[in-house]
Amino acid sequence: MASKPSIMIVDDEEIVRTSLSSWLLEDGYDVVPVESGKLALEALKKKSYDLMLVDLKMPEMDGLELMKEVKKFLPDLPVIIMTAYATVDTAVKAIKEGAFDYLMKPFDPEEISITIKKIMKQQMLEQENIYLRKELAKQFQFHQLYSKNKKMQEIFELIKNVAKTDVTILIHGETGTGKELIARALHAESLRKDRPFVPVSCTSLTETLLESELFGHEKGAFTGASTMVKGMFEMADKGSIFLDEIGDISPKLQMDLLRVLETKEIVRIGSTQPIPVDVRVIAATNRDLGKAIANGIFREDLYYRLNVITIDIPPLREKPEDIPLLTEQLIEKVNRETGKSVKRVSQDAMALLMQYRWPGNIRELKNVIERSVVLAKEDIITLNEVGPCFGRNVKDGISSGGSADMSLDQMEKNHITSVLKNNNWNISTSAQILGIDRTTLYNKIRKYNLGEDNK
Amino acid sequence: MDTLPIPVRVLPSIESPVYAFDPDRKQYYSTKILRYIVNSHSDSALRTIGITAVDLFIPILTYVFGEAQLDGKAAIVSGARLKQEYYGLKPDKRLYVERLFKELMHELGHTFGLTHCDLSYCVMHLSNNVTGIDKKTATFCENHRDQLINKLKELEIPYGK
Ligand SMILES: Nc1ncnc2c1ncn2[C@@H]1O[C@H](COP(=O)(O)OP(=O)(O)OP(=O)(O)O)[C@@H](O)[C@H]1O
Ligand SMILES: [Mg+2]
Ligand SMILES: [Zn+2]
Ligand SMILES: [Zn+2]
Repeated sequence: MASKPSIMIVDDEEIVRTSLSSWLLEDGYDVVPVESGKLALEALKKKSYDLMLVDLKMPEMDGLELMKEVKKFLPDLPVIIMTAYATVDTAVKAIKEGAFDYLMKPFDPEEISITIKKIMKQQMLEQENIYLRKELAKQFQFHQLYSKNKKMQEIFELIKNVAKTDVTILIHGETGTGKELIARALHAESLRKDRPFVPVSCTSLTETLLESELFGHEKGAFTGASTMVKGMFEMADKGSIFLDEIGDISPKLQMDLLRVLETKEIVRIGSTQPIPVDVRVIAATNRDLGKAIANGIFREDLYYRLNVITIDIPPLREKPEDIPLLTEQLIEKVNRETGKSVKRVSQDAMALLMQYRWPGNIRELKNVIERSVVLAKEDIITLNEVGPCFGRNVKDGISSGGSADMSLDQMEKNHITSVLKNNNWNISTSAQILGIDRTTLYNKIRKYNLGEDNK
Repeated sequence: MDTLPIPVRVLPSIESPVYAFDPDRKQYYSTKILRYIVNSHSDSALRTIGITAVDLFIPILTYVFGEAQLDGKAAIVSGARLKQEYYGLKPDKRLYVERLFKELMHELGHTFGLTHCDLSYCVMHLSNNVTGIDKKTATFCENHRDQLINKLKELEIPYGK
């Protein structure tokens, strides 16, 4: 260990403080004895501790009250409650309220020794775990995107390979799958990364507005055009332009766009003067453009211009292995933003998250997690928080396996069965995808009486 | 067995420490005896260590085998729980002396500033029962030996082979 583990002793009796301190000092700990809850709270603000030994009966603030206060801002700090007047009731209460252990004074030297060693070991493992998980998450991170999914990893590779060229790229994916993040990653990997990345949403504007947004206009080009305004293509010069929802643009703009792609020049509205632009075009759509072409809504020639390389982002329901990873990252992000310290999602809540079909994909998952973290009263998000966050549409999203009023158990059973089936009953893989440990999976298999005959 | 390169003087024995007796616990408060030893320590000696047959406690623990002033002048060791008889077994003088020796080295180690050791064979390993004492050796691990040598150097006492 880098430095000595640090222990705070809180007891109003001097004799306890000194005798316990001297004994723990011999054990090589850094010991700070204080005589009241109030002083303890003050001391906690000055430095960090690995363990608190707190007397139950103290005048003014008693041990349980102190522990409650401490848990508010240091939920992970282990607290041992000690008392000379142990009763089963207070013991149960102490443990329920989060005490690591409850010890009778005087202590058996072996017992206290072992208890403290156990806590220190556990803390070290937890630290190590947090570190390892962060390292692991880094492996699955590409710019702001996280994924363990094989297809996504291939996309990341593809981006690295094509980013440095200027080829036009079409990103296809359902809403909320991360099209914009992919576009940003492409830009960030490109030689243009220090130049602007300009996103344009092609749905939100009328044809004329979008046209002037894209190409700009001269002064007096139309009523209200009191000054010359540069368009997004000009703004993106030497950088990248991200044309979001390209499937929604009008036939006229499709033609204009095709011309820009071919000539690498734009013409402002109200002008005839072509202006050369050096812009990398990245387009995105959640539509099936093939179908749109067949229906005559989208120009085939423009499609081929845009679609030099297509990136097809799988929907979230096709990469359930990413749900625990994304959940973890999202929790950490919201913790940082709100100062909360939520640790994880309970197993049954995770089962629900993995069962759900996520029509809104990662954006929807993000909303659910954000709201759940805010609602969470403990450091673990349970079904109580996750459930209400789905809003009214939860049933629409539950996968095909079930009807709208299926019970949670039934949903869980169906989901586990399908994961097991998809993985040839490989317990380790299935457990990993489900985000539970193998023992839990075995217990669920037993509980739902699942067998290979469910194949 | 390790020995320290320091001559030992045996002081005449003293009265039973009645002042430290706790009638409720029927044990002796080790810190009080330690304080007595500290007070009678003479600077002509490097350290003073007491040996007693009575059972020792500190208020927060049910018993202790001994107590030392960490990086201080004095220590005390009790033989009460080191005897086989205490556990209803046949007396074993050799075993008793061995245990006593280990605990003396251990508490002396504390007076030289050493703290407990994770290595189960090191004499600075914390043993809360005689099985633990019997398991450890009467020697210091490499790390603790180095610490001890450094401390003795500070006190200008050569620790050579
Ligand atoms: N792989 C990922 N890792 C982490 N966060 C992601 C990932 N993919 C998407 N997100 C997050 O999900 C949300 C939606 O992403 P984004 O806006 O890129 O999706 P989109 O496909 O452009 O959606 P829409 O079609 O609705 O425009 C964002 O908050 C984004 O940060
Ligand atoms: Mg988008
Ligand atoms: Zn050692
Ligand atoms: Zn010791």
